[in-house]
Amino acid sequence: MQEMTFVEAVREAQAEALASDDRVFIMGQEIGEYGGVFRATEGLAERFGTHRVRDMPIAEQSMLGAGVGAAVMGMRPIVEVMFMDFIACGMDAIVSHAAKMRYMSGDQMRAPMVIRTQGGSGTHHGSQHSQTLESWFLHVPGLAVVVPSTPSDVIGLFRTSIELDHPVLFVEHRALYRTTGTVPDQVEAIPLGRGVQRRYGDDVTVAAVGKSVRQALIAARQLDAEGVSVEVIDLRTLVPMDVDLVLESLSRTHRLVVAHEAVERGGWAGELISRVVAEGFDELDAPPLRAASLATPVPFARELEAEMICDERLIARRVRECLGMPESWA
Amino acid sequence: MGLREMNRESAFRTSDELGGLTDRRLREVFRLMYTIRRFEVTTERAHLDGDLYGPFHSSMGQEAVSVGACMALRPDDVVTSTHRGHGHAIAKGADLGRICAELWGRSTGYCQGKGGSMHIVSMEHGFVGQSPIIGGSGLLATGAALAFDLTKDSRAAVAFMGDGAVGQGVFHESLNLAAIWRLPVVFIVENNGFAHSFRAEQMQLNPDVAPRAEGYGIPGVVVDGIDVLDVYRVTRTAIERARRGDGPTLIEAKCYRWRGHNLGDAEHLYRPREEVEKARRDDPIERFKQAVSDRMPDGTLAAIESEVDGAIEAAVRFANASPPPDPGVALEGSF
Repeated sequence: MQEMTFVEAVREAQAEALASDDRVFIMGQEIGEYGGVFRATEGLAERFGTHRVRDMPIAEQSMLGAGVGAAVMGMRPIVEVMFMDFIACGMDAIVSHAAKMRYMSGDQMRAPMVIRTQGGSGTHHGSQHSQTLESWFLHVPGLAVVVPSTPSDVIGLFRTSIELDHPVLFVEHRALYRTTGTVPDQVEAIPLGRGVQRRYGDDVTVAAVGKSVRQALIAARQLDAEGVSVEVIDLRTLVPMDVDLVLESLSRTHRLVVAHEAVERGGWAGELISRVVAEGFDELDAPPLRAASLATPVPFARELEAEMICDERLIARRVRECLGMPESWA
Repeated sequence: MGLREMNRESAFRTSDELGGLTDRRLREVFRLMYTIRRFEVTTERAHLDGDLYGPFHSSMGQEAVSVGACMALRPDDVVTSTHRGHGHAIAKGADLGRICAELWGRSTGYCQGKGGSMHIVSMEHGFVGQSPIIGGSGLLATGAALAFDLTKDSRAAVAFMGDGAVGQGVFHESLNLAAIWRLPVVFIVENNGFAHSFRAEQMQLNPDVAPRAEGYGIPGVVVDGIDVLDVYRVTRTAIERARRGDGPTLIEAKCYRWRGHNLGDAEHLYRPREEVEKARRDDPIERFKQAVSDRMPDGTLAAIESEVDGAIEAAVRFANASPPPDPGVALEGSF
């Protein structure tokens, strides 16, 4: 049992993969001797060699595309996309190649690779370095989407991801990197598609991933003081999505708020709510609500960012709305 | 050896007659070129007759590039291809029946009917797939070569690309990455004169693609894509270089696309019939026949032709007789 930061867990998870499987290698910008701009690969080049921890030109298409080609020939690449915004530069390799290789080849080819990236707001990087884009990838069959919220889960989910015979998008929130958590000496691999209850509650279920889980827990503590009991579900993976766990929770709370930092319009909360309504309509005592960011680019100034980004205050407000509590109670 | 010396044609072209190929290998060159031609003629006819559906991109006229390049490879080397990939698959040794069945959308096709004409894959033959996303083949081959480099595997990869791919960002990224890591890959741009309806000269001021290689610090060589032996000799040198660990080569094979971009293409809107007819008078198969006329006794090539005709008929029969895929297969292999 040890205390570890989120980014240390990312490093540890990759070190474990490199140490245990010769097929694993890492590609990305500044990830070699520099150690990664967020220190996620610090020490790995020294330990495993720059051959396996490879610095890349700034070229997302070839980084991701060559990753697919190498994966098809039996390797297990980890590709680090420095900012999630930059993934747009390499979308074709993910969407039309990695995700489809196994299927369209009649299972002759597989593209097992983990695409690691980090995103989100909170560091005032402005509109082109702060996006939360994981919802895009739910729409592409053939990709797993993993969004861990704790150091321990980083290790458990990464182990499953690197062994999966499908490409995995592994999304880290930048604001979580310095957060700490307890990591057991023996971390079990966590199956994809299995969420976890982070907090027990009776009145409202809040489902979230990544940083939004922490914010939901903060909101839950505030609401506790108002006499509202919030259950927090950490889905951990968006594809596959543990809808059953949410339905089980709703059988007790009967009210649902889905929280994410991604823009509300077209965000994955809509997918979860749609499935909950279809499969658990009778359990619902109120319309499910979304606590998500407003549909604007992420602005630079603190005051502007606070206006549009989903945070613990918005989550708390949506929980109250779900219960029909007037806003003045806050 | 400096790059400029490498780029000199003499470094890539040996003077050996007929590429130094044995009679057996020369017969194989002919068999493959003729097979591709007959395959394209036969499947195009079947498409027009309504037996096939979906897009169809004929490689007719470009047989020498597919065959010349693949003759320079080991069976375990890998090839990536484009939307115009029937010829590449055949030249790499893939089974005619299973290619046909894939074009016909049958369960016995290489991809169980999930791929079609633009997505043939035969891993057992090192035909690791087509990317009809223009330029994608370059990245897949670069990645395959990276895998070989990482595992100290002596195999090499070849990416077939069209002249249309040269405008894509991935073209630049692939060549640069392969160059800086000295990966065992050869990029073969089949400059068939057209990217759909656009002529190469409309999209690049320099009519040649090969000189771009110098910008990446790698050799770039123009070959006559109608001359299978020229393609073979140059690819062989490039593959040897790749296997030695000296990195990639860019080969530009000048050829001409005999058919429209796809079946049903409105060709008359962008090129006169006379131009096509003139180009077709320089037929890569006829060129080869003349080149080997002293070596091949009368009747040898005719015998190969009739053997191939039979094989293609059998492949079409196999496809037609194969059942369609079980609909449940649609849900397998993804999530």
